[in-house]
Amino acid sequence: MVLTLLVVSALIFVIINLPPGDALSNQIAELRAQGEAASVARAEFLRTQYSLDQPLWRQYLIWLGAMPGPDGFSGLLQGDYGWSFEFDAPVSDVLGESLWLTVVVNLAALLFIYAVSLPLGAIAAVKAGSWLDYFIAIIGYIGLATPNFLLALILLYYGQQYLNLPIGGLMDPAFEGEPMSFAKLQSILAHLIIPTIVIGTAGTASMIRRLRANLLDELGKPYVATAKAKGLSPFKRVAKYPLRAALNPFVADIGNLLPSLVSGSVLVSVVLSLPTLGPDLLAALRAQDQYLAGFILLFVSALTLVGMLISDILLAVLDPRIRFGGRRQ
Amino acid sequence: MSRMDEHYVDPTPYDPDADADTGGARPELDMPTGKLIRRRFFRHKLAVISALFLAFLYLCLPFVELIAPYGANERQADFLYAPPQGVHFMHEGEFIGPFVYPLTAEPDLENFKWDYVQDRSTPQKLRFFCSGDEYRFWGLFEADTHIVCPAEGGTFFLLGADRLGRDVFSRLVYGARISLTVGLIGIAISLLIGISLGGLAGYFGGWIDATVQRMIEVIRSLPELPIWLALSAAVPPQWSPVAVFFMISIILGLLDWPGLARAVRSKLLSLREEEFVRAAELIGAKPTRVIRTHLIPNFMSHIVVSASLSIPSMILGETALSFLGLGLRPPAVSWGVMLNDAQNLTVVEFYPWVASAMIPVMLVVLAFNFLGDGLRDAMDPYS
Repeated sequence: MVLTLLVVSALIFVIINLPPGDALSNQIAELRAQGEAASVARAEFLRTQYSLDQPLWRQYLIWLGAMPGPDGFSGLLQGDYGWSFEFDAPVSDVLGESLWLTVVVNLAALLFIYAVSLPLGAIAAVKAGSWLDYFIAIIGYIGLATPNFLLALILLYYGQQYLNLPIGGLMDPAFEGEPMSFAKLQSILAHLIIPTIVIGTAGTASMIRRLRANLLDELGKPYVATAKAKGLSPFKRVAKYPLRAALNPFVADIGNLLPSLVSGSVLVSVVLSLPTLGPDLLAALRAQDQYLAGFILLFVSALTLVGMLISDILLAVLDPRIRFGGRRQ
Repeated sequence: MSRMDEHYVDPTPYDPDADADTGGARPELDMPTGKLIRRRFFRHKLAVISALFLAFLYLCLPFVELIAPYGANERQADFLYAPPQGVHFMHEGEFIGPFVYPLTAEPDLENFKWDYVQDRSTPQKLRFFCSGDEYRFWGLFEADTHIVCPAEGGTFFLLGADRLGRDVFSRLVYGARISLTVGLIGIAISLLIGISLGGLAGYFGGWIDATVQRMIEVIRSLPELPIWLALSAAVPPQWSPVAVFFMISIILGLLDWPGLARAVRSKLLSLREEEFVRAAELIGAKPTRVIRTHLIPNFMSHIVVSASLSIPSMILGETALSFLGLGLRPPAVSWGVMLNDAQNLTVVEFYPWVASAMIPVMLVVLAFNFLGDGLRDAMDPYS
């Protein structure tokens, strides 16, 4: 995983350096045109401090922290995320709370997906071919096909109009910058409802389909017939063995689910103006603010990688047949 | 699903000679595979409908200038945010053919918007195969024929007008051209990379396989949209719309290939052990020839299915990018660019028709999904 992260970081660094020029040289050109000598000197200073005048591979190593930068810029590994030229502040200050809010939003969406698709998928499989099954399939398809930013807009409008759900942001403005309290938590939870539903819908659809297919396979097996013959109650007959067997791919799928989830959350955050990484990323990319953009991209990638690691561990815990160690001869 | 308690017992007495002539096999399985696939596909009603729907849309693409009553960027300053004009047939209890009622704008000074009032006394008949705005058909010759145009001096906004008074329906039709082809070009790129890398990995194995596998792992773990955003932010703003369009499709294709490469690789790994591959190699066929003429036809069906299931994600990707303003840029028209106008709540509340591009997006994505499902079932006719 560490190796993957390293490759990913190199890839990201190349991508954000693709556009010609950088934020600072644009700024310097602008300042020169206005004839502000002091600001130009400051920008030039920043340029050398953040080593933007060095060749690309050196810049990368310095950014990573594998090589000492000039004037004390120590790089990611030492916990120095660099300077945001757009917001004129250290990257860690710009992002601040939005880092863990991103994690919270994605985690909530993940829980939503599992909470919704587990019962729906199981019902669809048990009642396969009934109108309930088709109904669930239709909902799933609609969730799959609606671009989630539109769903966000629509839910935002109707949720506010009819259910009086709060819109925009992740907490009441009064709580911003306040320390954590019960009231703040409540406000965050209320604000989380719409983003969670919107981000989770697309993933839910594919999860329901997968669980349904797996469970259908299991339900056809002879041991289920045996269980029925022994007189096990319908619920126990499904939940005790077949469902557990079908859960395996369900958990393993986090690997596929997470990247799309994170993608979705970036998009939805922009529409709903959530204080997560999405809007920051967009602003950073537009302004070629390379340390900010690079760090956000790396962070979301790391988020998906950590998620995959967790899914691997969960899989090993849930299913004793799966062991990742080398095979014993 | 087989249930043990539902054993079927044939009431007719057993006749040992009944199965003799077919050798016990089901006769329909002796048909050519192509026929079986077609038959299986036609049984999947939704997939057939989707295929017809998509075929219709793609056939329309060369003729968008004819179909759209207005040009894509033609403004009617008197009809900003005009609501949809319904097509009527009966005027005062009399059938007079398809017509619309003219709209007149009245300023609403309280809410600072235009109110449109229908004049129900003077129906304006629509004209068919008429001459309207001029355009260059396929860039070759001047033409001005449209299938539908408004009455002389009248307007025809089937789906209303947007912020600049442009006809939403015409823009939808023009936008289809970009939105529907972006997926095709993207999938072509993704197929090219996926088949060649997956083919190399599967055929040669060893360190090539290991390298490709690591690449796949890295790319699959990247969240698509942020990377798409970063890549399309790198497209220089001074490029022409056509260049941007190709660049965006390439970007969409660049992240999509791992799934395909993986499918190709695993299929190749099993196929390369077959005898016909050994035979070809023994006569001295080169690896490229073996892969191209002997192996690819064998997993073509898999490729077709994964392609048709990848296109919708690309269409949605283009929509998302353009929606955020990092994809295609006006004056190019695509469904995503149109949705870019529907970004705020005012539009959803007062002018919902501006967001009508979402309906074709949903329909096309659904159709591709159904088509892919149907193809997947059909390609495996012996199951």
